[in-house]
Amino acid sequence: MTESKFEFIQGNIACAKGAAYAGCSFFGGYPITPSTEIAEYMSGYLPRNGGKFIQMEDEIASLGSIIGAALTGAKAMTSTSGPGFSLMQELIGYACIAEVPVVIVDIMRGGPSTGLPTSPAQSDLLQAKWGTHGDHPTIALVPNSVEEMFTETVRAFNLAEYFRTPVLVLGDEIIGHMREKIRIPEPGEMEIIERTVPSSDGVCPLPYASDSGKPACLPNFGKSRFHVTGLNHDTTGFPTMDPEIVARENERILAKIYEQREIVDSYEEINCKDADILMLSVGSAARAAEEAVKTLRKKGIKAGLFRPVTLWPFPKDQFIKHAERAKYIIVPEMNMGQLKTVAERFTKRSKIVPVNLVNGEPISPEHIISVTKYLNI
Amino acid sequence: MFDYSKYMRNTKLPHIWCPGCGHGIVMKSLIRAIAKTGWEKDDIVVVSGIGCASRLPGYVDFNTLHTAHGRALAFATGIKLAKPEMHVIVVSGDGDSLAIGGNHFIHACRRNIDITLVVFNNGIYGMTGGQYSPTTPDGDRSSTSPLGNMEPEFDVTKIAEGAGATFVARGTSYHVPQLDTYIHKGLEHKGFSVIDVTEACYTTHGRVNKKKYPSNIDMLKFQRDNAIPISKAKEMSEEELEGKIITGIFCEKQKPEFTEKYQKIVDSFSGGGK
Repeated sequence: MTESKFEFIQGNIACAKGAAYAGCSFFGGYPITPSTEIAEYMSGYLPRNGGKFIQMEDEIASLGSIIGAALTGAKAMTSTSGPGFSLMQELIGYACIAEVPVVIVDIMRGGPSTGLPTSPAQSDLLQAKWGTHGDHPTIALVPNSVEEMFTETVRAFNLAEYFRTPVLVLGDEIIGHMREKIRIPEPGEMEIIERTVPSSDGVCPLPYASDSGKPACLPNFGKSRFHVTGLNHDTTGFPTMDPEIVARENERILAKIYEQREIVDSYEEINCKDADILMLSVGSAARAAEEAVKTLRKKGIKAGLFRPVTLWPFPKDQFIKHAERAKYIIVPEMNMGQLKTVAERFTKRSKIVPVNLVNGEPISPEHIISVTKYLNI
Repeated sequence: MFDYSKYMRNTKLPHIWCPGCGHGIVMKSLIRAIAKTGWEKDDIVVVSGIGCASRLPGYVDFNTLHTAHGRALAFATGIKLAKPEMHVIVVSGDGDSLAIGGNHFIHACRRNIDITLVVFNNGIYGMTGGQYSPTTPDGDRSSTSPLGNMEPEFDVTKIAEGAGATFVARGTSYHVPQLDTYIHKGLEHKGFSVIDVTEACYTTHGRVNKKKYPSNIDMLKFQRDNAIPISKAKEMSEEELEGKIITGIFCEKQKPEFTEKYQKIVDSFSGGGK
């Protein structure tokens, strides 16, 4: 291992480098703090390496442009933050129903509205899941380090291309802007998944047909003529209002992901097995939670941390296993209780203790530890 | 006889458009213009937004993309930049391209990206039942202007030219041979081209303005009687041009095209430079 493989970079740059590693060849974006470094990096990287970058007129256009590019076969991405992510919601649904692989990076900041553009928050955890209208599949990955900004962006492209669906990466201002030393993997070291396309060119009569719940195998524009629409459609890709087909296809785009959880799920378990106090936390808040767990363990308190790296779909079975035996579930998060609603849904017996901060400051380990004083351990 | 079947998805017909609608006329004009280019069907993408006109891509045998309301040009920009060898055509109504899609419209003009936009301009939101649009004539009634439209209308050609489009023309669904020519010129033009097509929607617009448009035929006659060629319009006063449809090629110039410029930069690095 040579020293040159190590870089001391900020999370946003690690994200951009991860995209490059995954083979991203198209970026469409709009400037917004605290995500802009990703666009800045890609604007220089892509044209130098056979790809394309475009700064669109707004975030809606950004997502539109990358969906268009992805339909020609490009691996495409955009990056944004809360207000821009809100604007993108309609077209996230479009990419879900039209089954177009794109990667959307949201470096979360304080809200609502313009809120705190330069401060961290975890404001979009639920918007990521429920933001666009209609039932739709959601894959959202939440890195908690600069290294994970790299590796989770690679994984986001892999999942997007495999499932032909939009994949969200939810960073936050801390993860996006802090600098850490990371090792850049060698080419070929991490698996890169390419999308499945029909084996032969020519007119594709059933672009939305799929075998036994596997993702549809769409062609790319220019290889074979087919139709793409945001209307409910049948396996030919053309609109239909046939209730049976609409129900089947709506269920299929959910099932293709939710029935292959082994491909999507990712989580970290720290001292969970015997934890009386189980923390549920993601992203930068989870780093404070991890520190709090260490401190509490030193004091002889059985604390543990369950950290979903894939937040959506939520790794519920694994969480329930630990939550069942814990007395308390502490949920530290930089919002007013978004992850708490998830804990409530999957916890029957344990008492839930929220730890919330929405003032633009990071949650500290001391803040989390302070609430344990009042617990009956 | 021109054989349309070669370019149509014949099993997807009949189309959804009402009797008296101009969209079918413009679709056939577009197909004849495409045929004249000699382009391969696989190399053509037709993109649309939402609305009556935006159902067109489903009927034609190319790579076709029916996007979200107003966003056709954003998707089309991504397609053209990612794969510049494809011929990208956008079909869009007046509400789709000028109201909800107005931002994308002016920026596509500004970039001078090699896309051809055909605006199916019938001055009404037909799909949703006849609400006034940015091009509904002053005073016309609609379902959301029951007392008469109080908003002034956009002049598509002026916006397009002002924003930087390098080919801008206006035709009507009555003057069909002329429209064929304009669309063909737009397709062959290198750069962003806009063809504004004045059309009529009798079902949702004509019927609530019976005095002005007694029948769907009268709406076509209105185009026939009020179209003024641009050469003649230049000699007329603003008052004389009130309510007239100025037709012709408003602008045709050569300027660097966006994706070509970009590709040159990309190619300059293709020797492995960083």
